[in-house]
Amino acid sequence: MSESRSTEALKLALAWLFVLIPAAWGVAQVIVKSAALFAR
Amino acid sequence: MSLLSFLDRDHSVAPAGYSRWRVPPAALAIHLSIGQAYAFSVFNLPLSTLIGIDHAAPDDWKLTTIGWIFSVAIVFLGLSAFTFGRWLEAAGPRKAMFASACCFAGGFLVGAVGVQLHAIALVYLGYGVLGGIGLGLGYIAPVSTLIKWFPDRPGMATGLAIMGFGGGAMIGSPLAVALMAHFKSATSMGVVETFVAMGALYFAFMMFGVFTVRLPAPGWTPPGPAAASVKPTARDVHVDRALSTPQFWLLWAVLCLNVTAGIGVLGQASPMIQEMFPGRIGAGAAAGFVGLLSLANMGGRFLWSSLSDFLGRKRTYAVYFALGAALYAAVPTAGRLGSVALFVAFYVVIMSMYGGGFATIPAYLRDLFGVMHVGAIHGRLLTAWSVAGVAGPVLVNYLREYQIGRGVPKTGAYAMTMYIMAGLLVIGFVANARVRPVDPAHHWRGTDV
Repeated sequence: MSESRSTEALKLALAWLFVLIPAAWGVAQVIVKSAALFAR
Repeated sequence: MSLLSFLDRDHSVAPAGYSRWRVPPAALAIHLSIGQAYAFSVFNLPLSTLIGIDHAAPDDWKLTTIGWIFSVAIVFLGLSAFTFGRWLEAAGPRKAMFASACCFAGGFLVGAVGVQLHAIALVYLGYGVLGGIGLGLGYIAPVSTLIKWFPDRPGMATGLAIMGFGGGAMIGSPLAVALMAHFKSATSMGVVETFVAMGALYFAFMMFGVFTVRLPAPGWTPPGPAAASVKPTARDVHVDRALSTPQFWLLWAVLCLNVTAGIGVLGQASPMIQEMFPGRIGAGAAAGFVGLLSLANMGGRFLWSSLSDFLGRKRTYAVYFALGAALYAAVPTAGRLGSVALFVAFYVVIMSMYGGGFATIPAYLRDLFGVMHVGAIHGRLLTAWSVAGVAGPVLVNYLREYQIGRGVPKTGAYAMTMYIMAGLLVIGFVANARVRPVDPAHHWRGTDV
């Protein structure tokens, strides 16, 4: 039972990583571009 | 098990021990992909110089011709959400998400053939029609599933997915730029190869969602303390019956007015800030402003929608409309004061509520019409988006040209537009205030319609 729980937790963590990594990359691109608004 | 039966609704039911928190990443895999549509404009200039390469040749497509690709896709998003919403409820999310992945990726591939042959009709048919159908299916399928998994936090759950749609452009835009730079040569803009690569990449990414998504077993309830905070839902209303209720059309007006006010300004954001602050804001800073608005649009989808679980849907929309109208009316004052920071702050809040309006609507529908056909009803409500997608930009552009044609200075022309947007939001406030629970006569009894 505990093994299936840990497998489920691993699947959950991998699923979030799978979508959050490209999302974070995209957000970082926009933040870098937005910095120009306040640059002097 | 064959692939087709694997996609069946019956085979999508979650086994014991399945964590419902695996459904939001599945939904995000779809929405982050189809949200690429908002970044299609990065292809506009390369598509306009396919023959001339470093300049537009006489036979190259005009920008006005290319602009229709995105418009056709958005129209077919609305049409497919309208048409296939009911099928989605019967077929289950896995089959609908698989169909979405095939259509969206297939749209890129057919579009690539169209670009290779320089046949614009094939690009309209590929990215516009086929891709647009993929957009519609992919938009509503995850939302309907999340509502079933998160009866305690429907606003938060759907906000998370719809935030992905807003964020899709943030991945799609730099990805397309990087791929085109990689594939570009002395004789090619690299668009064909980029379309093929993006079709393959997005198909793989969306298939992750197809394999991960599950439906809750009948009678399933959230685990632990979450079960106690499940909000009582309305009795179910059949999708065909929902359209005959005043609540559906009031919410249609609410969505249409909220989107009309936001979408027109989004398209004008870059020239607007440069003309409001001449000499102070250049093209680079204006691009930064547009990026900041995209972030606000994306973040607002999650934050406002999550807040609606505590505030209530009707109150949340009342805030969107009242605060939105006040801020639109205050924007010209920020311009007159010469305060860039105030101007940016006002627009960040406005755009967060524009995104919030999209994300909160599925939970509002669930509150009024129950969960049985919420995906199908949501699909039909999205026609409001298609109408606003055309009306918003036309209204803003027409008003601006009309004012400038009458000799009004550019900054003054924007001020008039802002006051009219504020007026639209006041009408939205009234429509939202008139929303009441659905008459029990419309409740589904299992045999009617």
